[in-house]
Amino acid sequence: MRQIIALWNIMLKDLRAYYLKPPNISWGLLFPVAWTGMFFIKSGSGMDSISTLLPGVVAISILFGATSMLAVTVTFEKKNRSFERLLLAPIPLEMLMLAKTGGAILFGMVNALIPIFLASFLTDLSQVAWTAVFPAIVLIAVASTFLGLFIAVSVSEIFEAQTFSNFFRFPMIFLCGLFFPIDSLPTLLRPLAYVLPLTYGADILHGAMHGGNMMPLALNFFILTIFCALLFFISIRNIHRKWIT
Amino acid sequence: MTPDNHQDPSDEQESLIVVDGLTKAFNGITAVDRISFDVRQGELFGFLGPNGAGKTTTINMLTGLTRPDAGHIRIAGRDCSRSPKAAQDLIGIVPDESNLYPELTGFDNLCFCAALYGLRKQQRRDRAEELLEIFGLQDAARRKFGGYSKGMRRKLTIAAGIIHSPPLLFLDEPTTGIDVASARRIRQLIADLHRSGTTIFLTTHYIEEAERLCERIAFLVKGRIIEVDTVANLLQPVRTQHVLLLSIAMPAPELPRKLAAAFSHLTFSACSEEQIRVEAQGPINIAPLVRFCEEHGIEVIEARRGQPSLEEVFVRITGIEPDSMQNGKRGGK
Repeated sequence: MRQIIALWNIMLKDLRAYYLKPPNISWGLLFPVAWTGMFFIKSGSGMDSISTLLPGVVAISILFGATSMLAVTVTFEKKNRSFERLLLAPIPLEMLMLAKTGGAILFGMVNALIPIFLASFLTDLSQVAWTAVFPAIVLIAVASTFLGLFIAVSVSEIFEAQTFSNFFRFPMIFLCGLFFPIDSLPTLLRPLAYVLPLTYGADILHGAMHGGNMMPLALNFFILTIFCALLFFISIRNIHRKWIT
Repeated sequence: MTPDNHQDPSDEQESLIVVDGLTKAFNGITAVDRISFDVRQGELFGFLGPNGAGKTTTINMLTGLTRPDAGHIRIAGRDCSRSPKAAQDLIGIVPDESNLYPELTGFDNLCFCAALYGLRKQQRRDRAEELLEIFGLQDAARRKFGGYSKGMRRKLTIAAGIIHSPPLLFLDEPTTGIDVASARRIRQLIADLHRSGTTIFLTTHYIEEAERLCERIAFLVKGRIIEVDTVANLLQPVRTQHVLLLSIAMPAPELPRKLAAAFSHLTFSACSEEQIRVEAQGPINIAPLVRFCEEHGIEVIEARRGQPSLEEVFVRITGIEPDSMQNGKRGGK
């Protein structure tokens, strides 16, 4: 019970102190809207393009929301040493990091719902397989957050966290099949797509929203889960190695 | 107890912390070198040494923030060298820098820290209110920690360290970098905590602070414990010593040597360019010393008898001048 109180309050504190701040809320709203608008105009095919653009916009909204927020907040707390308070609390490190990432995962999931909410006014979403969309949103949010955690553990300055986040995120926009099919990538770049977690998340969303998936949904879910576990355990191992010296 | 002594099993029974052969190196430089000591239940134990002596590294190893390269740590019988988190529910920590959350209010910071130890909501609120009152911070309770003065930050950081009423408290340089009044108040609070039964492990580079507060003290220099004993025992060798401090009007680097030649039964040393320290095993006659200085064209502006203190003991044992203890850190003496 004591640990549950601690974990719940860590997540609540992060939500209040970082994620529910007006700049983040406005960024969370603005970013998906801007991406939707950009690709909507670029496609030139009117409302019909919405269902094909939506998976990419949803995935990218989660990725950008969750990754940077966690990387920056953890680096900030590490820098001003308040993170030591958490390391000194009688909570297992794995549980502590799950609580710490909980806020970012929720933030990523809420970010995903904004473009879906907007799209619901513009196109018919009755054919969408929500039973696949929602678990996919959760897994993409978890993978993106754990990527942020991996970044946070690898850097020591806030600007490094942002630079390093972009190093992963921007190539993902073009390599993960969000807006351009992986088949249309140059042959040399194609293998890269398959080592990025977002590829599998985006494929689930494409399949669930307009039936355009490349791989079976079950395989996508499995690989995405493996990515989540891998990123988490590498981060935990790195925390042990780098922060508890 | 000397650094190389093994722990006596009877001591271990009443010891809350038992450290044996603890060692830590960073990039090939040994920060803590095979230290052994114990801290008894209810004791206020001081870790005294200059900056860079290894005090914070020791605390970090004891609390689980740093992994020892060698040695053993037992806290309340739990093996913390193998499992650094084993005793974290028993300990409170006040780090050398105030590291609460700048974006939270004082009250919210305390409630959050209490939650980390599993206190329920009403317990958290009651305890936070209680500590804000004890530390005189009620008026600042709803202000953000980021806007606090250094003294207020320090007080709130100490409050956060004891929010869960830990039986063992680590205080890392609690009065460094704050004003005199706040430092005095914090010392009172430490003494009160000790009286209430909390075992306290205090690191400081202020000799006077250690002497005033601690029951036993370890002298730490370059990562090694030079001496561990009670304050009374440490003072024993200098108890019969007489000390005189001569303040002179101008720097006279040759004066101690000349005085030593003229007064062979006394020991002279330069505390600073304009202050000479005179030591003897018997009473010191001031007049001949003042006359000698004046005959050499040096005016004595003050001659003050000093009490033998832990400072003498520390200087005698470690060879480190007290002034050099505070390099890099300044604060409320």
